Amino acid sequence: MTADLAVVGAGPAGLTAAATAARLGLDVTLLDAAQRPGGQLYRHPAGGPVPRPVRRLVRRLDRVTHLPHHHVWTVVRDGDTWLLHAVAGPDEAPAAVRARAVLLATGAYERQLPFPGWTLPGVVGAGGAQAMLKGGLALPGTGAPPAGTGPGAGGRIVVAGSGPLLLAVATTLAAAGARVPVLVEASGPAAYARHAAALARNPAKLFQGALYGGALLHRTTRLLTRHAVTAAHGTTRLEAVTVTRLDPDWRPVPGTGRRVPCDALAVGHGLVPQLELATGLGCATRRTPDGTPAVEVDAEQRTSVPGLWAAGETCGVGGAELASAEGEIAALSVAGRRPPAAAARRRARLRAFADALAAAHRPGPGWTDWLDGATEVCRCEEVTAARIRAAVTDLGARDARSVKLLTRAGMGWCQGRTCGPAVARLAGRDPAPDRRPLSCPVPLSQLAQPPGAEK
Amino acid sequence: MPDAVIVGAGVVGAACAYYASRAGLTVTVVDRGPVAAGTTGAGEGNLLVSDKEAGPELDLALLSTRLWRELAGTLPPETEYERKGGLVVATDGAALTALRAFAEGQTKAGVEAYEIPADGLGDLEPHLAPGLAGAFHYPEDAQVQPAMAAAQLLRAARADVRLGQEVTAVLTDRGGAVRGVRTSHGDLHAPAVVNATGTWGKALARLAGVHLPVLPRRGFVLVTEPLPPRLVRHKVYAADYIAGVASGSAGLRSSAVVEGTPAGTVLIGATRERVGFDRTLSTEALRRLAARAVDLFPVLAGVRAIRAYHGFRPYLPDHLPAIGPDPRVPGLYHACGHEGAGIGLAPATGLLVAAALCDDPPPLDPEPFRPDRFDDTEGAAS
Amino acid sequence: MSSRTPRARRTPRAPRTPAPVPFTFTFDGRPVTALPGQSVAAALWSAGILAWRTTRHGGAPRGAFCGIGTCYDCLATVNGRPNRRACLLPARPGDAVTTQEGTGHDR
Repeated sequence: MTADLAVVGAGPAGLTAAATAARLGLDVTLLDAAQRPGGQLYRHPAGGPVPRPVRRLVRRLDRVTHLPHHHVWTVVRDGDTWLLHAVAGPDEAPAAVRARAVLLATGAYERQLPFPGWTLPGVVGAGGAQAMLKGGLALPGTGAPPAGTGPGAGGRIVVAGSGPLLLAVATTLAAAGARVPVLVEASGPAAYARHAAALARNPAKLFQGALYGGALLHRTTRLLTRHAVTAAHGTTRLEAVTVTRLDPDWRPVPGTGRRVPCDALAVGHGLVPQLELATGLGCATRRTPDGTPAVEVDAEQRTSVPGLWAAGETCGVGGAELASAEGEIAALSVAGRRPPAAAARRRARLRAFADALAAAHRPGPGWTDWLDGATEVCRCEEVTAARIRAAVTDLGARDARSVKLLTRAGMGWCQGRTCGPAVARLAGRDPAPDRRPLSCPVPLSQLAQPPGAEK
Repeated sequence: MPDAVIVGAGVVGAACAYYASRAGLTVTVVDRGPVAAGTTGAGEGNLLVSDKEAGPELDLALLSTRLWRELAGTLPPETEYERKGGLVVATDGAALTALRAFAEGQTKAGVEAYEIPADGLGDLEPHLAPGLAGAFHYPEDAQVQPAMAAAQLLRAARADVRLGQEVTAVLTDRGGAVRGVRTSHGDLHAPAVVNATGTWGKALARLAGVHLPVLPRRGFVLVTEPLPPRLVRHKVYAADYIAGVASGSAGLRSSAVVEGTPAGTVLIGATRERVGFDRTLSTEALRRLAARAVDLFPVLAGVRAIRAYHGFRPYLPDHLPAIGPDPRVPGLYHACGHEGAGIGLAPATGLLVAAALCDDPPPLDPEPFRPDRFDDTEGAAS
Repeated sequence: MSSRTPRARRTPRAPRTPAPVPFTFTFDGRPVTALPGQSVAAALWSAGILAWRTTRHGGAPRGAFCGIGTCYDCLATVNGRPNRRACLLPARPGDAVTTQEGTGHDR
């Protein structure tokens, strides 16, 4: 059978779109790589309560065919319908879904900027630490929690990087019992001041930030702006980090490094839209103010490819509220309804806010100064900064792709998702839109016999 | 002023630069992108004699095989030259008979080829599927890391390399002879211009006012997760690959060339389709590749593909490259249209072009590769 | 790690309804306790284990990094099948998780 709409991704955008489209009478199939709906933001363990903000949406999924643990590896056109191929369940079974329209709500993942020692166990993504805490009730580097009573306590977790997510992560970790001795933010207040107008139009958001920040500062966390973790230390696991002051271009200021002992480091520099399904289908992209590509959509969330919509972080990182707004607009559009003007205004306001935040947290060009030659930039293939720089200076690489061809940086299991933005910068470029015809590993036996999907 | 401007920083342009420079010429290499950004970067690095029937292309391949062996001693180890050998398997008796005749012709042309009986296959490839009729072993087949090979050749050439500069015009004097190129960054004057632009060979020829019917032929390659070394030891493919190479058909031709790499990944390659520059994924192409690979190596069934990519091979209607001076435009030289064999054929191509630039006797008969051998009616200077 | 007593603080997502029943799986032969719904990586973290893989070239220890299935650093061999993403794979009673060396196919 052919669904009216297949939604890829069950975060705020996908959930809202699926629920809205189902309410409008469409036959909706929702595919999601995770086991539980909610996306990265509203992760929760199986059997645990659904987080409040999405509880209502998840309840409305009873009118939607929800396929959890289905990782869509490609979407192809097949006549006048779309065919979505997925790897399903822990046993990697083949699955296929046919639909008349597709909405890509594939979300984002964390942007990482490498530094010496960042491959040590105990160094984790900031978003990852939060996801593991929400979804798995586990904290990194803190030892065993009391069994059955939730997360453990007492471990020292430094939170570092850049972007509004850090405050939320620090708060979540601290609330779970970790000690967060310092929160290290690379941007300075001046970056916010430059975008004050857009930020001030969103008092609720600012308030939320102030609340998180205020609660933290009352505890034992020190907030250091215009600083970065420029090295992690330890032999088999993390023991300490070096925190260094940055100049306005994010260049480490010599002589300002301080060693901070810790059990874990949660680090990240904002989010990067997950684009490969969209680029694989030829969707036009735009560059967001922090230099990352995102899917370009019109006022109704239509991509440049007919029959294909996108919503949420895929179209530019902007948070759950914007993602939901876009999901609703997209669903209305798929159903042939004109989105109300109020929704469009809300979207525009939230998008402006997101763009201002992105611009304020755009990594400064000087961050590459904190790499040393031996820093492994590509974690999968263990490719050092020195090799990448040599490919650029001596061998004629000029972008992430040519660096990859000459060094294997980005050719490993993660296909450059982790090192891609950093490698592009080392080649002197902003990252190009990702091209990954397979959006996740697929067993050859499954490629050899892909399941058809009935019309 | 350099003696020649070479347009294209793929492996063929790099080899032209290398041999021209070795012949004492000064060259400038210009490319609108980075090194190895076109077909070179999408290739598997095949240096094959096994897939070429006796004839001019095989002669070119044999010369190249010798040259690559020389180069392997000069270029740094990152070039990953490996004389791993090819194993062409026959699935049934009829295929084996055809393969035998094919190999006989090759042997007469100077290729080393040895028939391997069915019960001897396990010694060469322990994981090969049972039930195959037999195979031919080609010990001369080799491999390089193609992008690195191009980069290292270019480096060894000590050429003036200008990347990120697009050629927008071929400059000619009043008599119609080439005097350089115009690029996005200014004019480059030289008495000779070499068209080593691969799939864009037709477009560059048009800038010079001549017709060269280079067309793109799409190919997909699957890359597996890293596997232990020597799981697949040779370049292994089924005999029908040879038919695919020689075919002029527009439809999807596929066979699976399966091979290991020093990085541990196994490459499964070689679909062939004429679909223009279409970049969308063909699940049918991947299905065939995966199915053929699993047929040859059942051990791969549970292995995951972590990557798929495509490239566009530049081919000419008679499946031979265009190499050498273009008699229609004095000073214009071509080195393109090598289809899927450009990595392998690059050194011999470079040597031929260098000889032509120096007016030296060619290392082999260049006649079959004459750039003006095609019907000139379409797209000629207007 | 720290032997300090946890400060009395309400944990945000402590289960309200019947307490989940922990179960065990093994990591390199040692028993590890997990809660229903926990990923293999989360259960290992909770047991104080941060690394369960060594890299192909440098032999360096690795564990979970991105936590959401993107980075593939947390690859583990589970029940003999190598290269499973421990941060996504739910732990199941009786699972045998082993430290993965190199490609995971080497043994």
